[in-house]
Amino acid sequence: MSERVRVAVAMSGGVDSSTAAALLVEQGLDVVGLTMQLWNQRRLPELSPPRTAGRCCSLEDVYDARRVAERLGIPYYVVNFEDRFEQQVVRPFIREYLEGRTPIPCTLCNSHLKFDVLLELARSLGAEAVATGHYARIRPDPVSGRRLLLRASQPSRDQSYFLFGLSQEQLAHALFPLGGLSKEEVRAAARRLGLPVAEKADSQEICFVPGGDYAAFIEAYFREQGLPSPAVPGAIVSSDGRLLGEHSGVHRFTVGQRRGLGVAAGAPLYVLATDPAGGRVIVGRDHELLRDRLTADRVNWIALEAPAGPLRAQVKIRHKHEAAAATLYPGEDPSVVEVRFDEPQRAVTPGQAAVFYDGEVVLGGGWIR
Amino acid sequence: MIGQGMRAYFDHCATTPVAEEVLAAMTAAFREDFGNPSSVHAFGQAARRRLEDARRRVAEVLGVGPAEIVFTSGGTEADNLAVLGVVRSDPRPRKHVVTTSIEHPAVLESCAQLEREGVAVSRVPPDSRGVVDPEAIRRALRPETALITVMHVNNELGTVQPIAQIARLAREAGVLLHSDGVQAAGKIPLNLAELGVDLYSLSAHKIYGPKGAGALYVRADVAVGRILFGGHHERDRRPGTENVPGAVGLAAALELACRDLPAESARLGALRDRLEEAAAARLAPLRVNGAGAPRVPHVSNLCFEGVDGEALLIALDLAGFAVSGGAACSSGAAEPSHVLTAIGLSREQARASLRFSLGRLNTPEQVERLIEVLEQSVARLRTRAAASRHV
Repeated sequence: MSERVRVAVAMSGGVDSSTAAALLVEQGLDVVGLTMQLWNQRRLPELSPPRTAGRCCSLEDVYDARRVAERLGIPYYVVNFEDRFEQQVVRPFIREYLEGRTPIPCTLCNSHLKFDVLLELARSLGAEAVATGHYARIRPDPVSGRRLLLRASQPSRDQSYFLFGLSQEQLAHALFPLGGLSKEEVRAAARRLGLPVAEKADSQEICFVPGGDYAAFIEAYFREQGLPSPAVPGAIVSSDGRLLGEHSGVHRFTVGQRRGLGVAAGAPLYVLATDPAGGRVIVGRDHELLRDRLTADRVNWIALEAPAGPLRAQVKIRHKHEAAAATLYPGEDPSVVEVRFDEPQRAVTPGQAAVFYDGEVVLGGGWIR
Repeated sequence: MIGQGMRAYFDHCATTPVAEEVLAAMTAAFREDFGNPSSVHAFGQAARRRLEDARRRVAEVLGVGPAEIVFTSGGTEADNLAVLGVVRSDPRPRKHVVTTSIEHPAVLESCAQLEREGVAVSRVPPDSRGVVDPEAIRRALRPETALITVMHVNNELGTVQPIAQIARLAREAGVLLHSDGVQAAGKIPLNLAELGVDLYSLSAHKIYGPKGAGALYVRADVAVGRILFGGHHERDRRPGTENVPGAVGLAAALELACRDLPAESARLGALRDRLEEAAAARLAPLRVNGAGAPRVPHVSNLCFEGVDGEALLIALDLAGFAVSGGAACSSGAAEPSHVLTAIGLSREQARASLRFSLGRLNTPEQVERLIEVLEQSVARLRTRAAASRHV
């Protein structure tokens, strides 16, 4: 048996995870490639034509991952986590939308799949860690002895927002080989190493939702399960309660959304909130979207065990949000935190994450109520 | 890394390496007689002679007539031709097919296609050992039953189905019987005329022959409609220029398998028994799927209770041992096997099961090493599974 350190790489068939695998091979590690089969693409066939690349677990992506593994000369396996993914990611994703929130399935997948069952599988195969193509960095803090999660070196690629849920144990067995690189450097490395996916386009959408039409996905899933359609029409009302129009299901709306309201008004209208119980979508002007505070629950602290009192931080409320200065007020239970922003923020969206930063260090994060 | 030479292959039900004798016969066919058997000239005639010689030899091994052998591209095509060809050419307006729930997808999917075309299909479940009861087949028959199709040896469990008994009741009922013999031919003594089947599928690559070569036995007076179109080859039953080297390879492989059958059965049966005894003693709790049933000697399907079979399969491969899980989806990931769930295993137990299929490449030393590696891997997986349950 080999004496080299073994690591598993979660390979999606994209350029990032492929390059992560290649760099680890170059470093002389004993690399095993693993692709998670998460969603059966034969399900919900009405959603899109089959064989669309860039979708989760499409045969093309598995084929690409396999070709990369062949090129690198590493063992490669596809592992079936479909049941787990449906329970831990797909169903919560649907439930969140139906309850008027806007979920982030990638974070659930990181916490419950990649750094849970996949890590467990990797460890049982003798691997020390699971590596992924995420742009983020991990560094031990000599003072606290904790594992710190840091933003990527290139801020525009940073994916630390999606990783705030990782525990110390998970971070101890995670590797992000791309954290110090720019996208251009990753592509250059992929070309230099002769990876067949060096020029492959990045995937953008939620992997199991073809074309990004999450509402159609939810409706198709309900049909598949033999459940009554969630597309229940209801009222679109203004923040002061005036009836402005009709909508075809609250799950089709998210806070801050402007398109698809079908309501004519003098100035642009935005979704302020959805009220699933009342079947209402509440809309208003842009300035009505501003909030100066939010409550985050199920907070996972990374850089510290738990804060002793209020804490200054920069808080990011969605992936594309520029972290804004705020003060964190932990409750009795440190897993509930009130965030008070210095300046009001636009479209604080329940279901998204609030991730707390101190510069490039992730202090922790939670879910917006 | 482990070199290819140190690897041990325990997946002979998936495929086998081509035997030297087979390769030599095929090479001669490639080199010497490349002609198209349908051509009028001397080149064509020479190729035709080789093809018909192969047909004669296949028929002789199976105890049937040469005109009853249709060469195909393999077992899947033979199954499709039998099921679709027989049922579609049955002139009755209402039709019915009896099969089992443990067939190979080549039969199951062909039956599903017939269902989409309006044919009724009954799928008879096996008993908990993985054997189908002939009486259950009889009970499923209807006046409009056009075909019974039951595999001879199950590919996952190695269980032998009572084809001779089913053939008797099929004859009594006046219903045609097809059997998928892909995992049986060359593995158990075979005489198709005595067995009493009307159609029988074969594949070359399971018996040290080439991939892409197979055959369907069609009893002389049985009508099989075409499923491919484009020529009059194989007595109008299978168009397409004949794969002469493939047919030669199938004939050579079949002869070789039958020649070696008594000795190889005894040798592999002893290795299989050693594996199962050691596994039962050292890897408990362990279940032998298909235990108590008549089985071919080279297949062992083991359920390692409390172990993720997919993880075990990967761990074994990383240690140099090639085995197989139940079934694989198109991406290559494992799916709970329809055969194991049909014999009453839970999804968990099906996922905890692996198939070990022995063959020419295996030695007693390999089996001993396999047992050692299994012991280590299973222990580690069970420990980790127990630990993660308690977190």
